[in-house]
Amino acid sequence: MDFSLFPRDLFAEVERLQRQVQQAYDVSPSIRGFGRGGYPAINVAGTPDSAEIYAFAPGLVPDTIEVQLERGVLSISGTRAGELPTRDAAASVHQRERFSGRFHRVITLADDLDPDQVRASYREGVLHISIGRREETKPRRINIA
Amino acid sequence: MAENSNLPEQPALLPPVDIVEDAGGITLYADLPGVPRDKLNVYVDGESLVIQGEMGLEMPRNLEATHIEVNLPRYRRVFTLSKELDAERMSAELKQGVLKLRLPKSEQARPRRVNVTAG
Repeated sequence: MDFSLFPRDLFAEVERLQRQVQQAYDVSPSIRGFGRGGYPAINVAGTPDSAEIYAFAPGLVPDTIEVQLERGVLSISGTRAGELPTRDAAASVHQRERFSGRFHRVITLADDLDPDQVRASYREGVLHISIGRREETKPRRINIA
Repeated sequence: MAENSNLPEQPALLPPVDIVEDAGGITLYADLPGVPRDKLNVYVDGESLVIQGEMGLEMPRNLEATHIEVNLPRYRRVFTLSKELDAERMSAELKQGVLKLRLPKSEQARPRRVNVTAG
């Protein structure tokens, strides 16, 4: 356990503990590790007609977000500029918790999704990707004569 | 941004922040993805600065979650202000889920160089 030498922020300490506990007990459902605490955090949900992905990626320029879907694997990448002052500026940083730099997250989705039916929007720092399911794989009611 | 402290004890996410201080004051950046302007609530309560926001995501119906990393629809974080900051002149800006708060120092609290004389 790597406790910091001078614990000054209780919240940061508790968060670190939480991460350690999660790492110890969280059984990852996928080899790509759906880890918690990454940037962007991702929620995935589905409806009978589509898969809905919400990536919580605040502070990006919409045109610079790259989204790719290939054989059921969705990748989201981009760069988030840091807002912290450079080292020589006459300012001091008291708290540094926000992510900055290049990010790349990959998630595995169901394989019944249609790459031609993807819609993506970015509002209030949330990237919402909606992917339609292929017609032939949608559940169908079979009439009994 | 109206003062409003309803339901303060609901479980909430702790948004990550950057806090930078320069000669003129303190700038705070907080990540609040999903919070629209009308659901953001920043207020000063005594010596505390409270940042609170509710997400306003529109979700399709029949949605069934398969993987969840963001498990609460709201953020909340409280900071203790220090006396030299002028909360009356605080300004806030919300852009693509990032809140930028500027807390200027009051005039008399600006840094002054202290001359050290040799004894």
